[in-house]
Amino acid sequence: MRSVAPGLALRRDVLVIGGGMAGAWAAAEAARQGASVVLAEKGYCGTSGVTATAGPGHWWVPPEGRRAAIAARNEAALGLADPQWMERVLEETWRSLPGLARHYDFPRDEKGQVQYRALRGPEYMRALRAQAEELGVLILDHCPALELLAEENGRVGGARGLCRQDADAPWQVEAGATVLATGGTAFLSGLLGARNNTGDGYLMGAEAGAQLSGLEFTGIYTVAPARSTMTRSMSYAFATYYDADGHEIVVPPGPDNTATLARALLAGPVTCSLHRMPEAVRARLHLVSPNVMLPFVRWGIDPFRDRFPVTLHTDGTIRGTGGLRIVDAECGTGIPGLFAAGDAASRELIAGAISGGGAQNSAWALSSGLWAGRGAARFARGWRPGARLRGLGQAGLRPLRAVRPVEIEAARATVLGEMQPYDKNFFRTQAGLRRSRAVLDTAWGELRDHALPGHGGRERLRAREAAALLATARWSVTAALARAESRGLHRLEDIPRIVPDFAHRLLVDGIDTIRVTPDHVPALPETAA
Amino acid sequence: MIELLLEEQCTGCNACVTACPTDVFEAVPGAPPRIARVEDCQTCFMCELYCTADALYVSPDAEGRTPVEPAALLASGLLGQFRRHSGWHEWQGHYPNEHWRMDAIFRLARGG
Ligand SMILES: Cc1cc2nc3c(=O)[nH]c(=O)nc-3n(C[C@H](O)[C@H](O)[C@H](O)COP(=O)(O)OP(=O)(O)OC[C@H]3O[C@@H](n4cnc5c(N)ncnc54)[C@H](O)[C@@H]3O)c2cc1C
Repeated sequence: MRSVAPGLALRRDVLVIGGGMAGAWAAAEAARQGASVVLAEKGYCGTSGVTATAGPGHWWVPPEGRRAAIAARNEAALGLADPQWMERVLEETWRSLPGLARHYDFPRDEKGQVQYRALRGPEYMRALRAQAEELGVLILDHCPALELLAEENGRVGGARGLCRQDADAPWQVEAGATVLATGGTAFLSGLLGARNNTGDGYLMGAEAGAQLSGLEFTGIYTVAPARSTMTRSMSYAFATYYDADGHEIVVPPGPDNTATLARALLAGPVTCSLHRMPEAVRARLHLVSPNVMLPFVRWGIDPFRDRFPVTLHTDGTIRGTGGLRIVDAECGTGIPGLFAAGDAASRELIAGAISGGGAQNSAWALSSGLWAGRGAARFARGWRPGARLRGLGQAGLRPLRAVRPVEIEAARATVLGEMQPYDKNFFRTQAGLRRSRAVLDTAWGELRDHALPGHGGRERLRAREAAALLATARWSVTAALARAESRGLHRLEDIPRIVPDFAHRLLVDGIDTIRVTPDHVPALPETAA
Repeated sequence: MIELLLEEQCTGCNACVTACPTDVFEAVPGAPPRIARVEDCQTCFMCELYCTADALYVSPDAEGRTPVEPAALLASGLLGQFRRHSGWHEWQGHYPNEHWRMDAIFRLARGG
């Protein structure tokens, strides 16, 4: 264990906040461009975040297939994506992923073809960590960022946080440029690997003045054995579901099949059997995804014969699409010195109104990570430290009124209580969204006004996480209220159809007072790499 | 949630303290680490992957505690299974990474 108490003060060209897929690619790329780089990770860079626990299959299309792939995907995106960005992501992923072969042992198939597309999460993150370390990136594990720092003129100049395995000693990094790569948030649902992803980057970005986009597209859920976190979806391609009476639930094929399950779960318990999975697949499952069978084996369930209860966990913005708005080709946020990558950024540019899960999100995390790393390194060139910096953190750090005890765990539970239930966030109604907004507003006001948790760093982190969760949930329901139609991952029971007037993205900005404005698809600036 | 750290198996390397993304363990000088914050466990199984001594057991129940019997667990063969199937450390080469088959499996499910 590193010992840095009583505090750590560093100066680096580039600070990357978050060490999942996007942050680890960003840090490596910034270092490759000659910048000195520090990466601050809440957990451990290698196991934390949703990359590590999954098996990201990238959007991987050879050049000759791209026109067709982009056309198909653009149509599915329901008018909110941008084919130029799709092209860039496909090209960057194709060009860059094989470079990880120094650290990731890409397997070959029976024909001897090297297989790049789908990587195993723990091995992928182990490789990305090794790559970053080899390039001289300083990694601070268990060092969550609590707030950004900025100059008087608005330029973001670093961040500060705490070293939670070092007596909660504070750290501060003064940096020429900062990349937010804090992932998305599943609002504390049981989504595998998502506990550290509490939307911190959204809040920190917004506190610096950045806008967000696509936050209404959070109505997405993934099936898992009840009480478990195992939201790995592949096996469920063979699933048969049953209602409480044991009757098979007819699930229509296609992307919206979880809607049928959500309705069934609202009516009562649902069980599942994987008996349709062919023997040949069963026999290799542990070699494909070693974690998928763990719950079954440990519970003594034979999923190929027994019926086991299932649930749905919300994906929030993780396999939803919203996040910080990207304003230029290097993944700038529009705030000088502040870049965003991965799920911390909106993926509407390539996914539009539907999910980028399953292929696009990881290609985006990789590409946007590289671009943000490059952009940050470039921005930091010639940078001189020593400017006066001020902490931008508000709710959970600097209460507006008299400090008094605030139930942080209750605030966290409030977020889950509004964003997880199927009849609130999956099947939305305008009245329901207004009710959610009111509940979230009350919890938000209390936290913003009064919370200043004790002296312990752990409590401060919990409070900041609660602030970020509440802020993100408020943006999500507010954007959902503004989109008076149903489109992609936003379904209004009141208006179950696409309304052509809404064929644009919705931007949100402001933290206390939230403004929603239409964003008319900007052309990609000329600086495209 | 993490239910067990088998002290007899533990080598005291503290790899779990470092690797746990939600900081559930606490190092104890001269002794095996302690499961200090079980309520923060996110049931991701990552600690098991990093434990070369196979001294950790995560119950799949993310919503409540599950009583476990150390002797029975030792006999069950469940300890270290994730690490073994992942082909980590001494298992490298014994269990090939066939994750790339995912696409073909999805296609098969679609009947293609
Ligand atoms: C089960 C599952 C399966 C998936 N499968 C696929 C797939 O097959 N194909 C695909 O394209 N996509 C898939 N996805 C989506 C894909 O995994 C994500 O888009 C991708 O991992 C995002 O990477 P990221 O770096 O942005 O986020 P993460 O990997 O989640 O990393 C975010 C990191 O930020 C850290 N962090 C958070 N807050 C702070 C803070 N305040 N200070 C410091 N650090 C902080 C977290 O600890 C975490 O390590 C899947 C997702 C899930 C949940």
